[in-house]
Amino acid sequence: MSHEILTVATRGGAIRTKVYKGGSGPALVWMHGALGISQWEPHLMALSRSFTVYAPVQPGVGESEGLEQLDDLWDLTLSYLDLFDSLGLGRFALVGHSYGGMVAAEIAAMAPERVRHLVLVGALGLWRDDIAVLDYWTATPEEQARATYHDPNGMLARMVAATMPTDEQARNERIVSMIINTAATIGKFAWPIPDKGLKKRIHRIKAPTLLIWGRGDGVVPPIYAEEFAARIPGARVEILESAAHLVHLERMDRFAPLVSDFCAVGGE
Amino acid sequence: MKVCMFHLMPYRELPQDFEERYRSVWVDPPVGELLDPGALNQMYHDYLTELQYGAAMRLDGICVNEHHSNAYGLMPSPNLMASILARSTRNAAIVVMGNSLALYNPPIRVAEEMAMLDVLSGGRLVAGFPVGTSMDTNFAYGVPPALLREKYYEAHDLIMKAWTTPELFHFNGKFTQLRYVNPWPRPLQKPHPPIWIPGGGSVETWEWCARNSYNYSYLNYYGYLRGQKTLNGFWSKVTELGVEPNPFLGGFAQGVAVASTDAEAKELFEEHVQYFYRKCLHLYQGFAEAPGYRTLKTWQYGSAPQLGDKATQYWKEFGWEEFLKTGMIVGGSVDRVTTTLIEAAKSLRVGHMMIGLQFGSAPHALTMQNIKLFAEKVYPEIKGLYEDEWEDKWWIKPDPVLAQREVSPT
Repeated sequence: MSHEILTVATRGGAIRTKVYKGGSGPALVWMHGALGISQWEPHLMALSRSFTVYAPVQPGVGESEGLEQLDDLWDLTLSYLDLFDSLGLGRFALVGHSYGGMVAAEIAAMAPERVRHLVLVGALGLWRDDIAVLDYWTATPEEQARATYHDPNGMLARMVAATMPTDEQARNERIVSMIINTAATIGKFAWPIPDKGLKKRIHRIKAPTLLIWGRGDGVVPPIYAEEFAARIPGARVEILESAAHLVHLERMDRFAPLVSDFCAVGGE
Repeated sequence: MKVCMFHLMPYRELPQDFEERYRSVWVDPPVGELLDPGALNQMYHDYLTELQYGAAMRLDGICVNEHHSNAYGLMPSPNLMASILARSTRNAAIVVMGNSLALYNPPIRVAEEMAMLDVLSGGRLVAGFPVGTSMDTNFAYGVPPALLREKYYEAHDLIMKAWTTPELFHFNGKFTQLRYVNPWPRPLQKPHPPIWIPGGGSVETWEWCARNSYNYSYLNYYGYLRGQKTLNGFWSKVTELGVEPNPFLGGFAQGVAVASTDAEAKELFEEHVQYFYRKCLHLYQGFAEAPGYRTLKTWQYGSAPQLGDKATQYWKEFGWEEFLKTGMIVGGSVDRVTTTLIEAAKSLRVGHMMIGLQFGSAPHALTMQNIKLFAEKVYPEIKGLYEDEWEDKWWIKPDPVLAQREVSPT
């Protein structure tokens, strides 16, 4: 299914956000993880069969500009509300993965009237000393792979690895862009511990909430689904087998129908 | 040339198999297993004596520096050590190299403590303002990497304004808001102590030093040969900006091991140099750089440490000859060391050298001997460099009476 890439100016043009948009139906917003988004990914394509999917790219990530305008997480959250206004979105479904899950939860707490349904997928935002979120950026590539994939040698891992350029210069450019994207997300808004006070605001979330985790998630262990559920009344938890942190891609067969059914308009 | 003695204050008694058993010297080495505070008591006193001895031997200055959660740099607070040295030395510059500005909250603390040091020493303070390494700032002190430099620059603005404004003022910053800025005391040196910026290869830092006329000192452990590219980058930025290329605008750190012969230097120092490079620089690569520590501009310049798994610690197998050949250590007889240091200072075009004379596990007596030989035989041969042609505008202006004050508990 086709998609387009919009550039949306907010704050008098100081912030310019790329937004992937595709599909038709009620609005669904996807908030990307720490590494950003650089293409119309398969899960977006799948969701676009039932929704008009908007996937904004955070300022500082990829070609979106204006990171220096955003002082802190509060500022970032407000700037997303500006973006949604500019896009003409009234109420919408909001789905966030990992770091994007933290941002989605902040948006849903700050503007509960805007979010029709909330889906958090392997989301950051809460913290337990005894079962810490993985310090992903200091982990070895092997540790990262084990935490990210149900099968580090499986098809998804091989497909992702295959997108890495073999030419050394192109490869280095890719690595640098991944670091820069991470710097703009984790390095600015979630360092050194991704708990920035959501636990004091989370009670404001009014949207029906679905929590999707991979059973083998080693980045944000599934116990965090329970932590979110305990703080969001009525939240539903779905732990998917044969999946880890990239559950939305590893189990797209379950992920897309779960989200589509949960976020169907009239289903709240 | 001004020659200052640099000291890292390393833990001298890491186990033989440290680098096999533990992944990093920095951030997460288990202190409970590795550090005996009783043994450290002796080391601290030895190290302070070594610095005091360097000053007594009339080297131009003595340097302390700041590291955190680090087994080779046991000065989380360099100002504590500097205050002891300020009182127990007479002539030498007290070079605090320096305080990582973004780590002090509020950063007016740096303005206060450094002013205390300047007053106490009779105007002998050199104020070093490093950004700090990623290990210190992002990992051990938790500063978000993408905010570090902005925080640093704001802290700098506050400190400099506090030092140069005799009246009370307001400071409405993004990270620090102070309704009343009025630190007691202000520094003795006017308009303020010399500012040195210890840096790595950050392009922004070169430009910033050149524009502000701050001394740029490249501090690393890879020696004068590998330092050439960085200093070249700095000097071409200086030229590009139309700033006078005064050699005293630049500084460089170098490890030096002197003995009566080349062979004796190897015999005396090799194991301690190896201890330093093998154990003290045994850094887990995951801690080398948090995302956002390096700016986009510096990435584009490509002066960076290499990416990913290519950032190998190539010196781990080095013996004495390799350390000399790569310039990581300047070592050997008095003649050899003297000749090499003059060459290095000329090729790097630096008027300030910070000389490390204590290596890793080196015992106190050996270090004292190194200081003695260096100060008596090498220093007199190199100190004249650049002094006739250029004015050192980045040097202390001690009060002739106050800096000489004798203090004793009589």
